[in-house]
Amino acid sequence: MPAPQCATCHKARAALRRPRSGRALCGACFCAAFEAEVLHTVVAGRLLPSGAVVAVGASGGKDSTVLAPRLGISLRLVAVDEGIGGYRDAALAAVRRQAARWELPLTVVAYADLFGGWTMDAVARSTAGSGRSRACCTFCGVLRRRALEEGARLVGATHIVTGHNADDMAETVLMNFLRGDAARLARGGGLGSPGEGGALPRCRPLQLASQKEVVLYAHFRRLDYFSEECVYAPEAFRGHARHLLKLLEAARPSAVLDLVHSAERLALAPAARPPAPGACSRCGALASRALCQACALLDGLNRGRPRLAIGKGRRGLDEAGPPRDGEPERAPAPDAVPAF
Amino acid sequence: MAAPLSVEVEFGGGAELLFDGVKKHQVTLPGQEEPWDIRNLLVWIKKNLLKERPELFIQGDSVRPGILVLINDADWELLGELDYQLQDQDSILFISTLHGSRIGAGSTW
Repeated sequence: MPAPQCATCHKARAALRRPRSGRALCGACFCAAFEAEVLHTVVAGRLLPSGAVVAVGASGGKDSTVLAPRLGISLRLVAVDEGIGGYRDAALAAVRRQAARWELPLTVVAYADLFGGWTMDAVARSTAGSGRSRACCTFCGVLRRRALEEGARLVGATHIVTGHNADDMAETVLMNFLRGDAARLARGGGLGSPGEGGALPRCRPLQLASQKEVVLYAHFRRLDYFSEECVYAPEAFRGHARHLLKLLEAARPSAVLDLVHSAERLALAPAARPPAPGACSRCGALASRALCQACALLDGLNRGRPRLAIGKGRRGLDEAGPPRDGEPERAPAPDAVPAF
Repeated sequence: MAAPLSVEVEFGGGAELLFDGVKKHQVTLPGQEEPWDIRNLLVWIKKNLLKERPELFIQGDSVRPGILVLINDADWELLGELDYQLQDQDSILFISTLHGSRIGAGSTW
């Protein structure tokens, strides 16, 4: 059967049906609508005031590629080099091409420089062994946020944007539920974080854009992006959440955005509210314990005890200590740290 | 009864990694009893082009959820998905949306 006509221009053949409205649009009208929606997200949420110097977290992947040209304010690309051999080099090459194409200044910050030589490859070697997961994404997620913050400061940015799309947010919601992380669940809603404890304000203009539409936008705009899998990615817990989300989406296409909206509307029970955050005793960043997550992770690595600050191992740092045999499991203590 | 067809099959978004990294394939589909629809094209691709890990591309008789299919630059949802009847010189593009790296994210690709 032939494709229907575009519902907007009535001239071209439709190229896709938008998941939320069900309207069939041609490539050009879809791109225009997509751009207008992202702009609306930014403007209505007052996410990026005029005059803002915006550090765009650029991985070379499709989301940050789509983001960069569309915001119309002073942009600086910041790419993070985690030191993953064979993967990050190709991704950085893509970022450099994009920086050249859009004529944007690019700053690369490397884990090796920021974290005393701890590249992700070094972290993986340190946490390998004894049949347990290397927990690479746990380290990388925390350290990358810190690296992005540093890169943003280097370029004099007033705001940080990242390319997280609705699927990313929905996966995070599922992960937080599955891990009993009440504090992150409640804080995960909203389009951005205002910036606390000296951290720069962050936002995610693509947060309400479904991943499928981001990919299609990149396709119709002929945007060149990098899409190989990080070598450590297969081990990540997020993979389970992603798989579940894809199954849910096939049964109910609105599930992705519905999950994001559910998280926005959550309120925490009083017992689950996180403590007021303090400052890391080492670096001054926001922290709910003596050390912020980044310093705690690096501390563990440098002491030859990489798991010191991870998951249940972290309970060793709580005042009460881990539960003893015969004591029931307690719910995890809520963390007063930024949700993303 | 289907006549032989010449089509272009393309892979993107990382899906090309399952096909020796080759993105564009000019394909001649032989004449056969059954019609050449997307359903049968997938069977043919699995047998003749796919180099590794079929479960990352195909699920049941369709593509794995998360793989977009564009026929002549239009979403296959608009064209009947698996039932779309291929025509000579059609271009079929399979784009994976499933992986990469984002802050804090991992992947099962």
